[in-house]
Amino acid sequence: MRSHIPSYELATLPSLAATLERMAREPAEWKPFAGGTDLMVLLEAGKLPHRKFLNIAHLNELRGMAITPEHVCIGALSTYSDIRRHEILRREFPLLCSAAEQTGSIATQNRGTIGGNIANASPAADSSPALLAYDAELELISAAGARWIPYSRFHSGYKEMDLKPQEIIRRIRLPRPQRPWKQIYRKVGTRRAQAISKVCFAGAARVEAGLIQDIRLAFGSVAVAVVRATQAENILRGQEPTSTIALESQDALLRDIAPIADMRSTAEYRLRVARNLLGEFILSLAE
Amino acid sequence: MPEAARKIRVQFRVNGCGVEVETFSMARLLDVLREELRLTGTKEGCGEGECGACSVEMNGALVNSCLIPAAQAEGAEIRTIEGVADADRLHAVQEAFLKCGGAQCGICTPGMILAAVNLLERHAQPTEAEIRDGLSGNLCRCTGYARIFASVIAACRQTEPRA
Repeated sequence: MRSHIPSYELATLPSLAATLERMAREPAEWKPFAGGTDLMVLLEAGKLPHRKFLNIAHLNELRGMAITPEHVCIGALSTYSDIRRHEILRREFPLLCSAAEQTGSIATQNRGTIGGNIANASPAADSSPALLAYDAELELISAAGARWIPYSRFHSGYKEMDLKPQEIIRRIRLPRPQRPWKQIYRKVGTRRAQAISKVCFAGAARVEAGLIQDIRLAFGSVAVAVVRATQAENILRGQEPTSTIALESQDALLRDIAPIADMRSTAEYRLRVARNLLGEFILSLAE
Repeated sequence: MPEAARKIRVQFRVNGCGVEVETFSMARLLDVLREELRLTGTKEGCGEGECGACSVEMNGALVNSCLIPAAQAEGAEIRTIEGVADADRLHAVQEAFLKCGGAQCGICTPGMILAAVNLLERHAQPTEAEIRDGLSGNLCRCTGYARIFASVIAACRQTEPRA
């Protein structure tokens, strides 16, 4: 059933400072509202319990990309379209661009923001495994100041995150790769366009002299939040990418993920697909 | 009934004309266009951003008007299906849909045409894969898509630069 629209409020304040000030004065009363591609769907379905929102879509401080020799900083309001078109991101962070290209439709990509994708905290979020694989950090701001945290520590459970009611995500910082990494992003859904993932996977590895020097594996839709597969990574680091070690890492993956059955897939299928995606990536490293 | 918010005044431009409406901040742009401005060419399909029937352009970008709250339309430049033709002269994409049978029941057609026009404005000569990607957010239950893709390809030919 549709929601009662007059009982919702979307207020627009003139500046970031005024917005943060309001959130600090009335904490938990107001929630930020960016591209609306998740919240409006909930509203339409009559499933948006919160009533008062602050529009942040016009705040320029949350927009744009900043490039330094060491980092790329992505403003939280960057849309999937901004990300998929950005030349440096395409060259250096292809997993993130692939995720952006495979998220929703063009219309969704034009509105949905990376900050919103993070704060919506869906375990099936497409961009999140890429951010985990790139060791992303988040800058959270409030009227009291700013703090940086590693993205790997941001999600603590199903829809639980290290974000205070008066804080918003300002930007995402990615360390630029100093050496080439082999990378793959795979999204498995019901159809190619517009589907929500059954499993998504971001893998990055640095292979030198036939050995896996470093490896990062991240999965979506297979646990209460997006996860780094650290057990599997530990098996693989320093090893040759052989089928024996691939099999060992696939078994270790069982300790990293905990897929469930829901409307989109079964636990067994998700587990099988996650194992296969990992196996395929490891064997590709030998090429 | 929960406490009601007050209506707000929102100013924006639609198809080149300035408009001002008084509406609830979380009212959908789709409803504002259809009910306040009587621009009923924009259709509602799923109401949850999956089908593209309500596609319009907002500041040049294709968006689902069912997912835009009125407050975020403030100051925006909106183009709807009513603004695609140049007075009595149809757009090349509209002509092509007529010629190639790109429309059947017609519910998806306004959104489909907006998506195609927007695609051609970004890539004048898209590949078939780019056409499929550009229209992947617009669902049609009648045509099987073949005639829609044929229409877009025909429209590109029409706009091909002459040697």
